[in-house]
Amino acid sequence: MIRVEDLEVTFSPGTAMETRALQGVTLDIAAGEFVTVIGSNGAGKSTLLNCLTGDVAPSRGRILIDGSEVTRWPAERRSGLAARVFQDPMAGTCEGLTIEENLALAAGRGARRGFGLALDAVRRAEFRARIARLGLGLEDRLGDLMGLLSGGQRQAVSLIMATLRPTKVLLLDEHTAALDPRMQDFVLKLTRDLVEAERLTTLMVTHSMRQALAFGSRTVMLHEGRVVFDVRGPERLELGVPDLMALFTKVRGEELDSDKLLLD
Amino acid sequence: MNEIAFLGALEIGLVYGLVALGVFLSFRVLNFPDLTVDGSFPLGAAVTAALIVAGTDPYLATGVAMLAGAAAGMVTAFLNLRFRILHLLASILTMIALYSINLRIMGRPNLALITEPTVLTPFEGLGLPGFYLKPLFALAVVLLVGGLLARFLASDYGLGLRATGANARMARAQGVATGRSTYVGMALSNALVALGGALFAQMNGFADITMGTGTIVVGLAAVIVGEVVLRSRLVVIAVVACVLGSVVYRIAIALALNADVLGLQSSDLNLVTAILVAGALILPGARNPIKALFAKAGAR
Repeated sequence: MIRVEDLEVTFSPGTAMETRALQGVTLDIAAGEFVTVIGSNGAGKSTLLNCLTGDVAPSRGRILIDGSEVTRWPAERRSGLAARVFQDPMAGTCEGLTIEENLALAAGRGARRGFGLALDAVRRAEFRARIARLGLGLEDRLGDLMGLLSGGQRQAVSLIMATLRPTKVLLLDEHTAALDPRMQDFVLKLTRDLVEAERLTTLMVTHSMRQALAFGSRTVMLHEGRVVFDVRGPERLELGVPDLMALFTKVRGEELDSDKLLLD
Repeated sequence: MNEIAFLGALEIGLVYGLVALGVFLSFRVLNFPDLTVDGSFPLGAAVTAALIVAGTDPYLATGVAMLAGAAAGMVTAFLNLRFRILHLLASILTMIALYSINLRIMGRPNLALITEPTVLTPFEGLGLPGFYLKPLFALAVVLLVGGLLARFLASDYGLGLRATGANARMARAQGVATGRSTYVGMALSNALVALGGALFAQMNGFADITMGTGTIVVGLAAVIVGEVVLRSRLVVIAVVACVLGSVVYRIAIALALNADVLGLQSSDLNLVTAILVAGALILPGARNPIKALFAKAGAR
């Protein structure tokens, strides 16, 4: 469903600030797979996701989503194939628009936007039903401005927005990182339910090793712009957070060793 | 203030209501501070006047003026989107260029339309004196244009436009082509301003190269006054508020200039406008300074 070939991203090339965020990442994600991506700060997790959504243009490599080569597609064109939820609750919704207007905006994703009314009785009823399933009481506040909602409520609505139109791919960028623990659990449970119900191919970037193992069917670890670890199936089931930590330090340790070699 | 002066203020207020709608679209909806309007207002007047003098039908001339305004808006959007020139600067460049273009279009600094047919000509036989006819006609135009604009902003496409201004990254993630939205919005905004200029020229019987000076401040004043008078998250109300703001602003100005105690002359208009807009921007909660004042009083 998603194929990433030898992806390279370099920020500010040729300057003192040059950052090689991705250094040849190749990843093949099958339809229906739920991949969690972990790695330390600057490992390239968000860059990888931003390459998939079209927010960052790779300097090398190819990206295929659902059989189409999308490497040169602008973000708005890719949105028809892949829906995303941002890390920052403010980034994924329009606070100056009402909840129902935000939903109407999402309802037009991947379709031609015409001059028909964005909100009519049919759509409102559909939005109401969708939002009611959250159990947050937001269905009676559809006319409220998005800015009045809490971060967790906004992320929950963002998830509904991402799955409002049939989509094949769901891209989640540390979408629970800005929330309190209770809301984190709520949003994660919602994510799992939606992914299962819609059988979505999902890529979830996360900071938490616990989350990375507890959710999804495959875990990928990035380090310094490379895939250093890719595990799925029974092997993954036996893996615990301490094992992952050990792997993580091993990766870093090997790197120290190689540095030592260089010094010698 | 006598009845004629009131109707005059009403007429000007309604004509500038079109400018306010254009400014609302660029500043508020698209979040694109656009000063092109100082050039596209006289552009609308110049194109209409030149075409009417050359014998073109006034309605056709007004339509062409709107297209010219739309083109001006697209030039500004192009400079900003394609070459990443800061929006304010891009719009000033277009505005300055339009000064020369307007002179070329008219061939001289002003054109008289007093003896020419205008969009009002078909209604002049109805027996209504000009000082009633003009505000009525302006009202009809503003109602039509405002209604269409409100309906447009409530559509799927219009919602994409609003999202472009509110959160462009999110808009793109929802499949809105934000670049194209900006072109469409800027074209529409400046077409409305040019329509204002075209009507102004025909109702006042002239087009003048200097008539655009301060258009942006007047438009912004109308939008701000409108937001003070009517604040709502409903886009229809916001559109009504722009026009209402423009009328209220004109009547307030007329009252101020008419009040002998203040000793103001009509040449003080720009100063009064600038002070009003600056005041509204400085006051805490600039979007609704009056409400902010009440809130403070209540807290004590």
